[in-house]
Amino acid sequence: MTHVLTDTLFMTQRHFRNLLRQPAWILISLVQPVVWLLLYGALFRKIVEIPGFGAGSYIDFLTPGIVVMTCLFSAGWSGMDLIEDIDRGVIDRFLVSPASRSSLIAGRLVQGAIVGIIQSVIIVVLGLIVGAEYPGGVAGIAALTICAVLLGTGVGALSNAIGVLSRRVETMVAVSNFVLLPLTFLSSVFMARALMPGWMQSVATYNPVEWAVNAGREGLASSPDWGVVLSRMGWLALFTLVCTWLATRAFRVYQKSI
Amino acid sequence: MDNAIEARGLVKTYRGDVRALDGVSLAAETGSVFGLLGPNGAGKSTAVKILTTLSRPDAGEAFVAGHDVLRHPARVRLAIGCVAQKSGLDLQATGRENLLLQGRVYGMRGGVLRSRAQELIERFGLSDAADRVVKGYSGGMQRKLDVAVGLMHRPQVLFLDEPTTGLDPEARVDMWSEIARLAGDEGLTILMTTHYLEEADSLARRLAIVDRGKVVAEGTPDELKGELRGDAIVVELEEQVLDGEVRRALDTVPELYDVAVEARTLRARADSGARSVPAVLAALEAEGVRVASVTVSRPSLDDVYLQYAGRAFSEADQEAKRP
Repeated sequence: MTHVLTDTLFMTQRHFRNLLRQPAWILISLVQPVVWLLLYGALFRKIVEIPGFGAGSYIDFLTPGIVVMTCLFSAGWSGMDLIEDIDRGVIDRFLVSPASRSSLIAGRLVQGAIVGIIQSVIIVVLGLIVGAEYPGGVAGIAALTICAVLLGTGVGALSNAIGVLSRRVETMVAVSNFVLLPLTFLSSVFMARALMPGWMQSVATYNPVEWAVNAGREGLASSPDWGVVLSRMGWLALFTLVCTWLATRAFRVYQKSI
Repeated sequence: MDNAIEARGLVKTYRGDVRALDGVSLAAETGSVFGLLGPNGAGKSTAVKILTTLSRPDAGEAFVAGHDVLRHPARVRLAIGCVAQKSGLDLQATGRENLLLQGRVYGMRGGVLRSRAQELIERFGLSDAADRVVKGYSGGMQRKLDVAVGLMHRPQVLFLDEPTTGLDPEARVDMWSEIARLAGDEGLTILMTTHYLEEADSLARRLAIVDRGKVVAEGTPDELKGELRGDAIVVELEEQVLDGEVRRALDTVPELYDVAVEARTLRARADSGARSVPAVLAALEAEGVRVASVTVSRPSLDDVYLQYAGRAFSEADQEAKRP
């Protein structure tokens, strides 16, 4: 068991170090949320004036949405790296070593979670700079971050599962493009749930992205309903567990195919 | 323990009914270099994948360093080092970082880990490049680092899958001397696959020739060549002729065996090439077959391959590359 943990630590270090060696990636992942926050913030600023929107300032409303969206998108692409490792023979090299099998996926998820936390904090600070207010304070920010990272870990696991099963970059790109943006629009990232068409509201009920946004916003409210926050968090934890289990199954399928 | 590697009756079928291995048995003596020779697609890499616990055979059994590959894969993994055909290096990491991570997953830590990495860096002449990212390495340097990574935890058995494929001639010669040096290491057993005949001939103490998932011959390079009688005579003809026609003409030539005609190439074996060539030429002339060139050579592994697989090595190699 300790060997699973230490191996996961070594693999996490490896993925993190490789990430830091790609300055272009760092730049893009920093600039993208800024663009989203400023662009969408300006574009939809007047949306709050629609009766029934239920929020005072759009930037207050949008910031938790962007946190969740950013974690979702980074996680959605995490399978790409696994495909590259399989193609290069890196995975097979570790499979003929005593390295823990779980660490080969877990290292990626832990790295993704760390990146998710950093991104969330940066966006929250950015939000502050452009005038967002977080009445829920540190507890609310923590709740938002935890939910966004849980979502990211689950989606990251799914992305790795798709990567290891398809082993094709093209499939990965197609699936991610097809799934990520619709999932975002089928949640209240940009638009208050009360103003969404009825069928969309129903779909959103089962959308993990909506659970994360919902819990994050509730946590940041002036008097949060912690029941709502914790129940959503529970659902997200369950989602993450199921996805991780699916990823380990997918990895076994790969091992059998060698 | 006499044999560091022993396999019996390995069978492996991939999806789509591709029978990669069709009952392969082999044994490699401890402390020696064993060569697995065959054209592309013969099943060499599949055999290595099974012996290194990467994939499971449909039938058969195998023991590496005394451990059962199927029952105790974890013990086998600790005992082996593996340099796969695909490099498996982390290109974003430096040479040293690759070595350190490899050592860590084998449980090496601290001073032991660092000094072993340094030792291998020096041994493989990578000192200048050790702290640069592997992406910038030449093919030859990457291959050396591959071998160094495989040796990091001091394995008892080292698998080298096509260690020189894709290298330029200079790097290939370099790698050969590296392997010869490793072979001198105390007690290290090396199983090497190759589709270069000369590589198997010069490096392996014993070798098995694999063709279409089967071992067609096994022995020392000299034994295998010795089984062939005499010299090889190759006659290039000016025009294509009928196989039977030429055979009949050569029936009368004494001390001539294994006559085969393929397109415009006639191959035969003779107890003494020098003695038989004039008779062969005379017989062909009498039949009206015009000759472009004649070569006589001592038996090579190429001939051994032709003998056992029933086709020339280069032809089998080309066949595998065709879709």
